[in-house]
Amino acid sequence: MIIEAVIQPFAEFGFMRRALVGCLAISLGATPVGVFLMLRRMSLTGDAMSHAILPGAAIGYLIAGLSLGAMTLGGLIAGMLVALVSAFISRATAAGEDASLAALYLISLALGVLIVSTRGSNVDLMHVLFGTVLALDDGALVLLCSIASLSVITVAVLFRPLVLECADPQFLRSVSRLSALTHFTFLTLVVLNLVGGFHALGTLMAVGIMILPAAAGRFWVSSPGALVGIAVLIAMLSSMSGLLLSYHYSFPSGPAIILVAGLFYTLSLVIGPFGGVLPQMIPRKHLKA
Amino acid sequence: MRYRNPLALAATGVALSLLGSAAVPAQTPTPVVASFSILGDMAERIGGPQVDVVTLVGPGGDAHVYQPTPQAAQAVSDAELFIVNGLQFEGWLDRLVDASDFTGQRVVVTDGIEPIAFGEAADAPAGHGDHGHDDHGHDHGHDHGASDPHAWQSVPNAVTYVENITAALVAADPAHADRFEQRAQRYIAELEALDERIRATIESLPADQRTVVTSHDAFQYFADEYGVNFFSPQGVSTESEASAGDVAALIETMRERNVSAVFFENITDTRLLERIADETGARIGGTLYPGALSESDGPAPSYIEMMEHNAETLEQALGADHEESQS
Repeated sequence: MIIEAVIQPFAEFGFMRRALVGCLAISLGATPVGVFLMLRRMSLTGDAMSHAILPGAAIGYLIAGLSLGAMTLGGLIAGMLVALVSAFISRATAAGEDASLAALYLISLALGVLIVSTRGSNVDLMHVLFGTVLALDDGALVLLCSIASLSVITVAVLFRPLVLECADPQFLRSVSRLSALTHFTFLTLVVLNLVGGFHALGTLMAVGIMILPAAAGRFWVSSPGALVGIAVLIAMLSSMSGLLLSYHYSFPSGPAIILVAGLFYTLSLVIGPFGGVLPQMIPRKHLKA
Repeated sequence: MRYRNPLALAATGVALSLLGSAAVPAQTPTPVVASFSILGDMAERIGGPQVDVVTLVGPGGDAHVYQPTPQAAQAVSDAELFIVNGLQFEGWLDRLVDASDFTGQRVVVTDGIEPIAFGEAADAPAGHGDHGHDDHGHDHGHDHGASDPHAWQSVPNAVTYVENITAALVAADPAHADRFEQRAQRYIAELEALDERIRATIESLPADQRTVVTSHDAFQYFADEYGVNFFSPQGVSTESEASAGDVAALIETMRERNVSAVFFENITDTRLLERIADETGARIGGTLYPGALSESDGPAPSYIEMMEHNAETLEQALGADHEESQS
């Protein structure tokens, strides 16, 4: 009976299958990127970047209507611009990267709201910007899967420099010229995945599926490779459970998915063996000197 | 219907306050603010050159989620009449009135209309029992507990709108009462002819071909008045996000009833309906206008043209279905 409740929605309805495929693609592509964001203590960068993307997608929509290509391109351009310029500012001036990123994404966001508002009360746009995972068409699915594939391959190729960047950026800079390249490629991946995720979950929820599984996973394992694995697993489980909750209890699907991921995070926070609340309270044997 | 220069508005306001609001000279039009495009259209039809109408939510805008601008507050504070739909259609209304020191008369056009609660319209098709409405339970459960504000979707209600607006204009500018009433009579005659046409159009459709899907749950009054069943995947407001359960229930209902036409409306994201149409094999049947007029070069620049466009769009899609199923 439980199996039926899990299988039946996907077997009967094409939109559920599409939603599932879309979410699994995002889990596969965005979550590893989220792991590295977290390891580099840049978790909030994802949030900032998602706001930076929003105006670009909005402009794309205003120019070309509900066009997947225009909105993707717009979001990509706005996101990359903010990412690269803030990275440039932080390397060329005395300002820290967080400050320059915050400044730029706020400028970008305000600009977007301004442009949207001058075009009249086109509130439709808010709807478009928040996306819906239940309305993925062929084009959107191909885009999501392409981004996921590209993201997985890139993370695999750059895995060692990425881990090194997290652990000891000074060391990486001293032994390899890949440091700057790694950093910019990584920022590109963040933007790319957020743009892809925004078609399914909207800009804000896409950050959720990027960061929450990573934050939950760190309570269970310590090596970066295992962390990527468990985070992707949590993301996929959250996607599927969220969709099923949305199906059986009529919750809106995007928030349902993210809240399940949030549940995983809370659970991990309490019982996770690596720094969880309960395991820390259990007294362990002292190592004797 | 047009957005006026705020300076001119302010000047009008100053001029009016200097002259005293009781005795408006004949050559000064009464400043009127209408909350959205349909009311603006009606006010202009009735008021003619004796009123100066500013419409807050213009063509194509969504009045559910409108955010008032300072110009809007300015226009409202300068207005003598503020024509609103009521039934909580304009959620932003009270805030705007508070913010703008509005001292004029607020005209609620739905006064005297029997509101339909959400989700009950299709269960009680009034006075059209001869067209076999089978059970139309709404399978999407929305517990709003309030009334559906889209009352203008029934033309007899629109006549009430016109009467309410006319009464308010007469009270505000008694000197031109005759002209307002003349125009209102002509307008009401046109509306009654429109009502007849819509009835004839819908009655020409086979009774088992009158179930359609739209992306906005705004046609309950139309359903109730003319006997067409509407289903919506999303509930009444563009603010809420659809859930997988609602969409699945809709698809099942559409499969059961063999619904073969899906309509887009002018103000909501169409991607979800495209999916549903794809999944059920239903055809996409043009655009229905629920609550906002189109621009003047579009198919629905006025209330009458909007209602006519909706009826024709329904006829085309459903009539075509009929031929298809017979062949």
